[in-house]
Amino acid sequence: MIEEKFASGHSLIHQVDPKIRIIASIVLSFAAALCDNIYIAILYFMISAILITMARLNLQDVIKRLKPVFWFLLMIWIILPVTFEGKIIYQYHWLKIAGPGVMLCLKITIKSITILLIFTALIATMTIASLGNGLHKLCVPDKMVFLLLMSYRYIAVIEEEYKRLLRAAKFRGFSPGTNMHSYKTFAYLVGMLFVRASIRAQRVYQAMLCRGFNQKFHTLDVYQPNRLNSIFLTCILTAGLSLVILEIIWV
Amino acid sequence: MHISEGILSGPVLISGAAMAVAGTAIGLKKIDYDRIVHVAILSSAFFVASLIHINIGPSSVHLILNGIVGLLLGFAAIPAILTALLLQSVFFQYGGLTALGVNVVVMAFPAVMVHYLFLPMIGKSPKLTFLGGFLAGMFAILISSLLLGLALWFTDKNFLETSLTIITAHIPVMIIEGIVTGFCVTFLLKVYPEILPVKKK
Repeated sequence: MIEEKFASGHSLIHQVDPKIRIIASIVLSFAAALCDNIYIAILYFMISAILITMARLNLQDVIKRLKPVFWFLLMIWIILPVTFEGKIIYQYHWLKIAGPGVMLCLKITIKSITILLIFTALIATMTIASLGNGLHKLCVPDKMVFLLLMSYRYIAVIEEEYKRLLRAAKFRGFSPGTNMHSYKTFAYLVGMLFVRASIRAQRVYQAMLCRGFNQKFHTLDVYQPNRLNSIFLTCILTAGLSLVILEIIWV
Repeated sequence: MHISEGILSGPVLISGAAMAVAGTAIGLKKIDYDRIVHVAILSSAFFVASLIHINIGPSSVHLILNGIVGLLLGFAAIPAILTALLLQSVFFQYGGLTALGVNVVVMAFPAVMVHYLFLPMIGKSPKLTFLGGFLAGMFAILISSLLLGLALWFTDKNFLETSLTIITAHIPVMIIEGIVTGFCVTFLLKVYPEILPVKKK
């Protein structure tokens, strides 16, 4: 279920320090999210496409990952044009399509895909361990980084527990349906999952104490400060800033 | 229950992020180091539980369970849910960075409310326990969908119909979450009462 498919690569993006990538993706995503002009949104989209190309990701996988967004966008395209008020551009009996609604849908589509592509190109291309490392260097509290790394570590384990519980239920003839019995079974299953998680947490914590855990995680991958980092950050910041200025002048 | 990227306006995104940061700071302060592993592993359980699909007629919904996380963790639910959401967006691309703050507010703030509203009911009697769990599960989703609707409405008043559609669509989810949380709390109290922060009589 959980794989860091994009994290293993040797592209230019993969070599940039996680810290720099996190800053770049925050700046670019917010700039894109706050942009209100469709032409400029297209420019942001082009930047994100360039980043994806630079990261040399498999395009099919990238599109597959965007699937949940496509469903959401489909819903928006169905609801918004009909419910929005404004100039009617098309009418079929009672069905009225409003111009501003369509425009907004278009803008949302471009912006949401852009932001997700930026995220994929810059953040999904690092392992969670590097993400934790980067966040730590950016002064995110130790506890938060700890939570992230620890809960990532145990997702696979807990999922295995869940599969085991579900298998046991199925062996006993459980077939999920729309009835109280199914809901009750799932509730007990979830309850058991929480119980096992909690008991495991105690064990893990004791084991950590035994091994001298002193509330710190040490990272093993070291990113050397090099020129690539500063060039990359400068390019991203210049691109973002110039688009923001362009939008201000445009209006 | 996620708000996608690219929809909300600047003020909504920024106030969402600010509220999420404040909530997370309070939550982190309440977790001390001997409980942090517990919170982390419960947050992975929350992540996994949200992948469980439950049949409802011909279609299916996935569990959200922010109600039960709230009951178990109180304020610590905010960083726990933030962690789960961040991991979800890294693995499944459910959301990106800009809407993360708003999504944390939408999912985690109701969880904290539920903790203070309904935890006192739990453990009093079997009926009250189930009722408390049911209300916690239902209320958490209700407030979440209201917050989600509000975020859209603050962005643009024209989103009113969309917001109402989203809230209506969540009514069956509220009932299912209520039932599941009710049974789940009853089960936890029988099997492993230490997990619930309920004061023993």
